[in-house]
Amino acid sequence: MFIGKVLGNVVSTYKHKELTGKKLLIVQDLANEDPNQTMIALDAVGAGIGEIVLVTNDGGVARDCLHLKTAPINLAVIGILDHYS
Amino acid sequence: MFYAKVVGTVTATLKDKSLYGKKLLIIEPVDCRGDKQGDLMVAVDTVQAGFGDLVFYAKSKDAALAMENPNTPVDSVITGIIDSIYKTL
Repeated sequence: MFIGKVLGNVVSTYKHKELTGKKLLIVQDLANEDPNQTMIALDAVGAGIGEIVLVTNDGGVARDCLHLKTAPINLAVIGILDHYS
Repeated sequence: MFYAKVVGTVTATLKDKSLYGKKLLIIEPVDCRGDKQGDLMVAVDTVQAGFGDLVFYAKSKDAALAMENPNTPVDSVITGIIDSIYKTL
């Protein structure tokens, strides 16, 4: 897992059927300063734009958090951080 | 999942049985502004992406779950076509 920041979201009509109804968030890994190197993570906790979040990069964990069995996902937002130091 | 742009197609007659009938596209990993971010790679298309489309794809073992047979030997599968990106920060 890593700490990321939500920069926005992605709208996609034609996508895998298991991804329908889920929010696709644009996430930047805070360990990597470049704001353009972002990834797309499925939202499991209703994170908003600009929030510091906890992101998992293991597909199995992502599927468990979203109660999906065969969704082809690598990343999921599984927590919203209140404070980190 | 990661952004990519479709830049070409691949046709292969002799390939693994489970890849028969699947469209193979050449994709170029890009960042969200469209700048090149990695080397070209081949991905299986499951959403009928066309040439020049901005798509997102799944990597590694999770990608194979997008296929009917989850044991197909693929490690990158296009799982969605991006209509619009709403990025404020």
